Amino acid sequence: MTQLKKRVLIYGYGNPGRQDDGLGIEMTKMVQHWIDEHELGCMTTDNNYQLNIEDAEKISEWDIVVFVDASKEEKMHEFRFRKVEASDAKVEFSMHAVSPSYVLHLSEKLFNKAPETYILGIRGFEWDFKEEISDIAKLNLEQAFQYLTRKLAGWALIKKNLPISMLTQD
Amino acid sequence: MPKKITIEPVTRVEGHGKVTIKLDDDGNVRESRLHIVEFRGFERFVQGRPYWEAPVLVQRLCGICPVSHHLAAAKALDVIVGAGTGDGLTAVGDKMRRLMHFGQFFQSHVLHFFHLSSPDFLFGIDADPAIRNIIGVIDHHKDLAVQGVMMRKFGQEVIFHTAGKKIHGTGAIPGGINKNLSIAERDLLLNGADPMNADKMVEWSVAALEFFKSYHRNNKTLVDTFADYPSNHLSLVNKDGGMDIYNGVLRAVDTNGKRILDDVDCQDYDKYIEEEVKNWSYMKFPYLKHLGKEKGWYRVGPLARLNVVDFIPTPLAQKEFEEFKAYTYGKPNGMSLHYHWARLIEVLYAAEEMRNLLKDPDLQNEDLVVTGEKTNRGVGVIEAPRGTLFHHYEIDNDDKITLANLIVSTTNNNTPMNKAVNLTAKSFMNGQKVITEGMMNAVEVAIRAYDPCLSCATHALGQMPLEMKLVNANGDVIDSKTK
Repeated sequence: MTQLKKRVLIYGYGNPGRQDDGLGIEMTKMVQHWIDEHELGCMTTDNNYQLNIEDAEKISEWDIVVFVDASKEEKMHEFRFRKVEASDAKVEFSMHAVSPSYVLHLSEKLFNKAPETYILGIRGFEWDFKEEISDIAKLNLEQAFQYLTRKLAGWALIKKNLPISMLTQD
Repeated sequence: MPKKITIEPVTRVEGHGKVTIKLDDDGNVRESRLHIVEFRGFERFVQGRPYWEAPVLVQRLCGICPVSHHLAAAKALDVIVGAGTGDGLTAVGDKMRRLMHFGQFFQSHVLHFFHLSSPDFLFGIDADPAIRNIIGVIDHHKDLAVQGVMMRKFGQEVIFHTAGKKIHGTGAIPGGINKNLSIAERDLLLNGADPMNADKMVEWSVAALEFFKSYHRNNKTLVDTFADYPSNHLSLVNKDGGMDIYNGVLRAVDTNGKRILDDVDCQDYDKYIEEEVKNWSYMKFPYLKHLGKEKGWYRVGPLARLNVVDFIPTPLAQKEFEEFKAYTYGKPNGMSLHYHWARLIEVLYAAEEMRNLLKDPDLQNEDLVVTGEKTNRGVGVIEAPRGTLFHHYEIDNDDKITLANLIVSTTNNNTPMNKAVNLTAKSFMNGQKVITEGMMNAVEVAIRAYDPCLSCATHALGQMPLEMKLVNANGDVIDSKTK
C-alpha cells in the first residue's frame, strides 16, 4: 500500500507482560487491522514498551498523533480522550516514564514540529506478570476502540478538507 | 546534635532509591548511604517456568536495558542446551547477537550522556536547576540534543532489526538466534539517509568525545577530584585481554593494576563472587570471596572495563583508550567522573563495531541454531552498559527452572556508589547547615556517574523524583526538600 501522506499516527505504549498495561499495544493491533481493512494509507500505528526521547523525532513527522496508554486512574470510567499540551514539567525525568506532553515538547524544541496530539487512556485493573488483558479491561478496550475509530474516520474525511479519496488506495 | 540528610529518590537515574547523609553535632558528615527500598523478587518469579521462556521473561526486569537481560539469559541457556559457553554458536548466531548488543550499548550510553549527564557538564553542577537539565541543553546546544536523539534512534533501530521486535524481542534463543539480517535491513543501517547510517554514528561519536575532552580541559579540578577513590575493577575480557562486551573470561585488577581475578571461567563465577546482605538496603553488596567483604568489593561499568582490558579492538576507540590510559600513566583510574569519558570511548567502540558487523556477510547466513547435549546448569555473563551482568539458571528434568540468580550491573556497583556518595557528601556538606540545590545535585552527580539502574538492581519498577531529608540523631526529620 502506498502511503499518501503522513496524517495520523496512533502510538500505543506499555508492557504487555503486565496484564492490562498492554492495553495500549493491544489497541494499536486492533486499529491497524481496522486501517488495513479500510485501506487508509494516510494512517498507521506504532507501539513501544515506553515513550522515550527519540519519539520526539517520530511524532514530528505526523499531523496528528494519538498516544494510547493504560490508566490506573480510579476516577476514570472506561476511557478518557483528551488533548495533550506540550510541557517540560518532567525535565527531571526517569527514562522509564517520559510523558506524551514531554515528547511533544521535545518535538517542538528539537524539530520545530508540533503535531496535534491526543492521549487515549484506557482504564486497566490487573497489573500482574501475565500476558493477558483482564476481562473487564477488554470491555473498556472495545469501547475505546469504537470511539477512536469513529474519530479516525472523521479525521480521514474531514480534517483540513481532505478529499474522500484519501480513504482508499488506487 | 547529629543530623541525618536523606535524598530520596535520586533524579535522572533509573528506578527508586534514596540517599541518607548523617551529620554530627558540628554539621560534619558522619556517614552516608544509598538505600534501595524496593524489591520485586524476579528470581522467584521465573522459577517453575520452562527454561526457554527465560530470555523473553527477564526482559521485563527493565525497560532500559532489556536486551542485556535477553542476551545474558540466552547465553546461560546456550550452556543448558549444549551450545557452548559463548563460542559455540554459528557465525551468524554470534554476530547477530553482538550487533544487537552493540545497538543496546550504543543507545543506552548515548541516552545517559546526552540527556542525563550533559546538563551537568554544560552548565556546571551548581548551576541554576532551571537551566541545568535537558531543556537547558536544547535551548543552548540544540545540535547536541538532536544528535543525542538521533544516535539513540539509530541504536533502537539496530535492536529492532536484530531482536525482531521493539518490545520483548525474541532474536536470541537457546543455541542461537531466530533471524538473520536481510540485505535490505543491512543497507538501511549501513547506508541509510543522513544521519541514520553507521558512518554518521562513528562521526558523531568522535564529536561527543571531543565535547567531553574539551570540558575536561577546562574543568580539570572538578572532573579529576570529584569522588576520586581507589578500588578494584571487574570486567569481561576476551581471550587476548581485549575489550569484549559480549563474551569472554572474568578479570579483576586492584587499584595498582595487579590482577586479583585472573581470567576465570564465567561458569565458575560463584566460586569467586559472593553477595552480602545488609539490613538497610534491598540491593546486595557483591565482593570477591578470596579478598573478603572489606577488601573484595569492586567497580564495574565503563571505567572498570577500561581499567581492566589491555586494548580495544577497533582503531579509533583504541586511540582514545591509549590517551585515557596515558592520563593515569597506565594505572587504574579511580576518578568517578571519568566514567563519562570511558562511556564515550565505549560509544565510539560500539559505533565502530556496528559498522564493522554490518559489512560482514556472515550476518546473512542461514544456519541460525546449534544444539548439543543438554545440562541442567548454565551461566551467562555479559557486559551490560552499566557493567557486568550475571544470569545463572538451573533446571530440572521437566525443563522447568528451579534456580535463578541474577547479579545485575548496578548491584555490582553498590559499594562503589556508596563510597562515591560518602566522599561527595563530605566534600560538599561538611559544616553546612542548609541544603542547597548544588549540594543536592553534587550527590546525585556522584551516583549518576555510575548510570545506575535501580529498577534492575532491585527488580522494581518506577520513577525517580528527588527528596532530601535532614534528620537528627534521634531520627527526627528536621529539614526536607523535594524536586
